[in-house]
Amino acid sequence: MDYFANDLTSLHDLLVKKEISATDLTKETLAVIKEREQKVDAFLSVDEKGALEQAAEIDKTGIDADNVLSGIPLGIKDNIVTKGLTTTAASKILENFEPIYDATVIEKLKAAKAITIGKTNMDEFAMGGSTENSAFKLTKNAWDQTKVPGGSSGGSAAAVAAGEVVASLGSDTGGSIRQPASFNGIVGVKPTYGRVSRYGLIAFASSLDQIGPFTRTVKDNALLLSAISGADTRDFTSSKHEVPDFTKGIDGGVKGMHIAVPKEYLGEGVADDIKKAVKNAISVFEKLGAIVDEVSLPHSKYGVPVYYIIASSEASSNLQRFDGIRYGHRAQAVKNLEDVYVKSRSEGFGDEVKRRIMLGTFSLSAGTYDAFFKKAAQVRTLICQDFARVFAKYDLILGPTTPTTAFGIGEDIKDPVTMYMNDILTIPVNLAGLPGMSLPAGYSKGLPVGLQLIANQFDETTMYRAGYAFEQATEFHKQVPMIGGQN
Amino acid sequence: MNFETTIGLEVHIEMKTNSKAFSPAPVQYGSDPNTNTNVVDWAFPGVLPTVNKRALEFGMRAALALNCEITRDIHFDRKNYFYPDNPKAYQITQSQTPIGRHGWLEIEVDGQKKKIGIEEMHVEEDAGKNTHSSDGYSYVDLNRQGTPLIEIVSKPDISSADEAYAYLVRLRQIIQFTGISDVKMEEGSMRADVNVSVRPIGSDKLGTKTEMKNLNSFEHVRKGSHYESKRQQRVLMAGDEIRQETRRFDEATGETILMRVKEGASDYRYFPEPDLPPIHISDDWVQEVKKSIPEMPDKRRKRYVEDWGLPEYDANVLTQTKEMSDFFEETVAQGADPKLAGNWLMGDVNAYLNAKQIGLLDTKLTPEHLATMIKLIQNATISSKIAKKVFKEIITNGSEPKAWVEKKGLVQLSDPAVLQPIIDDVLQNNEKSIEDYKNGKDRAIGFLVGQIMKQTRGKANPKVVNKLLIASLKQL
Repeated sequence: MDYFANDLTSLHDLLVKKEISATDLTKETLAVIKEREQKVDAFLSVDEKGALEQAAEIDKTGIDADNVLSGIPLGIKDNIVTKGLTTTAASKILENFEPIYDATVIEKLKAAKAITIGKTNMDEFAMGGSTENSAFKLTKNAWDQTKVPGGSSGGSAAAVAAGEVVASLGSDTGGSIRQPASFNGIVGVKPTYGRVSRYGLIAFASSLDQIGPFTRTVKDNALLLSAISGADTRDFTSSKHEVPDFTKGIDGGVKGMHIAVPKEYLGEGVADDIKKAVKNAISVFEKLGAIVDEVSLPHSKYGVPVYYIIASSEASSNLQRFDGIRYGHRAQAVKNLEDVYVKSRSEGFGDEVKRRIMLGTFSLSAGTYDAFFKKAAQVRTLICQDFARVFAKYDLILGPTTPTTAFGIGEDIKDPVTMYMNDILTIPVNLAGLPGMSLPAGYSKGLPVGLQLIANQFDETTMYRAGYAFEQATEFHKQVPMIGGQN
Repeated sequence: MNFETTIGLEVHIEMKTNSKAFSPAPVQYGSDPNTNTNVVDWAFPGVLPTVNKRALEFGMRAALALNCEITRDIHFDRKNYFYPDNPKAYQITQSQTPIGRHGWLEIEVDGQKKKIGIEEMHVEEDAGKNTHSSDGYSYVDLNRQGTPLIEIVSKPDISSADEAYAYLVRLRQIIQFTGISDVKMEEGSMRADVNVSVRPIGSDKLGTKTEMKNLNSFEHVRKGSHYESKRQQRVLMAGDEIRQETRRFDEATGETILMRVKEGASDYRYFPEPDLPPIHISDDWVQEVKKSIPEMPDKRRKRYVEDWGLPEYDANVLTQTKEMSDFFEETVAQGADPKLAGNWLMGDVNAYLNAKQIGLLDTKLTPEHLATMIKLIQNATISSKIAKKVFKEIITNGSEPKAWVEKKGLVQLSDPAVLQPIIDDVLQNNEKSIEDYKNGKDRAIGFLVGQIMKQTRGKANPKVVNKLLIASLKQL
């Protein structure tokens, strides 16, 4: 099976028409993964046995003709808990951890008869932008194996880009879906905060985290997001907002659509090849009938510091449960309770996680709370207001996803601050709880460039419509990396 | 130098909701370890808390019953600390927006009434329970983890150990009447932390306080704060300083013992709980909760005095516990005279409960049976002497009084036609007593009545017997 030549709809047709069985599709997927993993290392674990059992069951009960995910193997980021299937968040502290329940999104996918083929690599606890912070393996960019796949959902992105799966789920706290989508030349969406239940997503920063889909096409992305969205009684931050069929009206075009381009998004620090691709995208939209204006998001420059204070503060609290008492890694040869905590956590967490726990603990401390956490929360409000002002007049915001294309493995990791700046264009979207998409908009030196589209809260429909119009008007999404046997 | 004492009380009360404050696991006392737990209580990776609306409403009930203002825009906060009975390593509580503020309750000590202010009260979750065993292991039971609590913080208005005791009695009474908790100290559903400080009279600055944590009896609070106040005064008189420290009340000696000195405040790194969105409490919601609060003891007391003519003292005793008050009202509703019902409950019933060391609801007595018995006395079907027998039967065996009295043939003899022949017979056989009577010895009547009672095995109506006997004697 060739995921470069097929999308969800065409695969679904083949399955419905019984030109291929779920078992055959799963077997072929496993074979492709086996071959291409040698190059990308996108998966932390592949559930060969479970996936084949699931496929056999689906073949027995029949493909659900009304359900596009029925019988489709998907990759799942390893911070989304899967019952009975090791879930590590790429951390040693959860090495061999086997969840006893399914995340809400997994329940939904199972109900839709989708198949979990494996768990994908990531930065430990989703902290990072290159997947180099994984405790277990180094994932490579599908287009150039000397480059990072981005992160933190690097495995999910590389798996789709390498054609190992047709779609996957990632999570996005400050750009962790959109940035790797951009680096890998695929479509990645962070939905509106509250659109998708976080129940079963191993928390990094509760007020920012969202699960979202990676696909090779805009329409596939809309299909997958429709399947995982909706209110959940187990997640009080999930929204009761009605979930539309995101593919409905997707081909409505952008004629008359008001699109804003923040000048801050094309300023200093954004590489020329990126600027060029974005400017080209603007002209594509204009040709399609959209009205594009320059606007200002004056507080977006504070996005990175605000994010690192809020996200790290929440993380410092969320990660306290990893204490060696009930599950996960427990240090040996300990003298007392304090020793259990200190040694288990010192041995279990990687450097970046420790760095953020310290930053967060500091930001929440009695003497620094007002100057750090509280101030950051106040500036966050200003950033939200910036967006609200723009969305009072515009349907969509357009800009680059990342300041550069994928960087080299080992290049940035030595300097955390440079690494943090990679998220400058994606972070404000999380702070404001907005939906954001990255989709292919060009190539530079053989590496993909991503275009970011940002919509108002719960207006994913507009975002998908614009993304689809751009995709149909361009050829970028048709390019595939030189990775499979067929190239 | 003369000192004044200031006592602050922080009282934790477990609320009897069906499920936990932030997870759907059941709340139940006395289950096997870790049976009332789920993945949320265990803080498994990926789980999220959910708000139990009933716990919030119970908290509002308590706040309203304690005359608090309800905070309309509330959110929860995280209090971060590591301990094995606290699996998330944070407690969900309310530090910035307590559900209730600026309340009060009234106490009475030595006939003096005094209002004690309530600084604030908030809703939070309880921790689990660690047991340190002699086998070298510590065991964690998370059944209690997540049980909804209210914490009620008093203003520094309490100025003696007796006032502290009265405050706790009153607080327990009010909470019990709201129906949100069993407030049983022995099961830990009510626990008190006590802060004591002393200062020279006239000083406008509070002295350094010491803390006693998790006291589980009112008496310990009284003795502990009394001891602590005296100890601090001795320390200051000796020219030493009070250190901020945690002390333990020792039951055996009645003294307080140093546990640890506080080195600055612990930093719990409180911040708003991001997993639970803020909640707005509307006027309608407050009104709805207000309506759900059962009648409070003060109101009941007033009603007993004004509508039923009970003495103030009786009304007070009968409203000490909700159990007693409810039982009393039900007995009256079943047709018993309020004064008589009150007397029975305060007298024989209380004596029985004290002797057996049990609660009212642990006996077989029902308001219906008590009311029936009282009516039997009133309409002279049984004598008060027989009533004692009937009471013992209905409280221990739960028999229906009327049927039992009839079955046992204990119905009082009041018919003169039946009694006169017995009187005549007794008079014939006791000429000596008749002589005594004629000689003005009233004692003789008592003896003769006794003889008649003996003949009727106690069933004769004493009033009728007296009347008939005197008439007969006069005729002799």
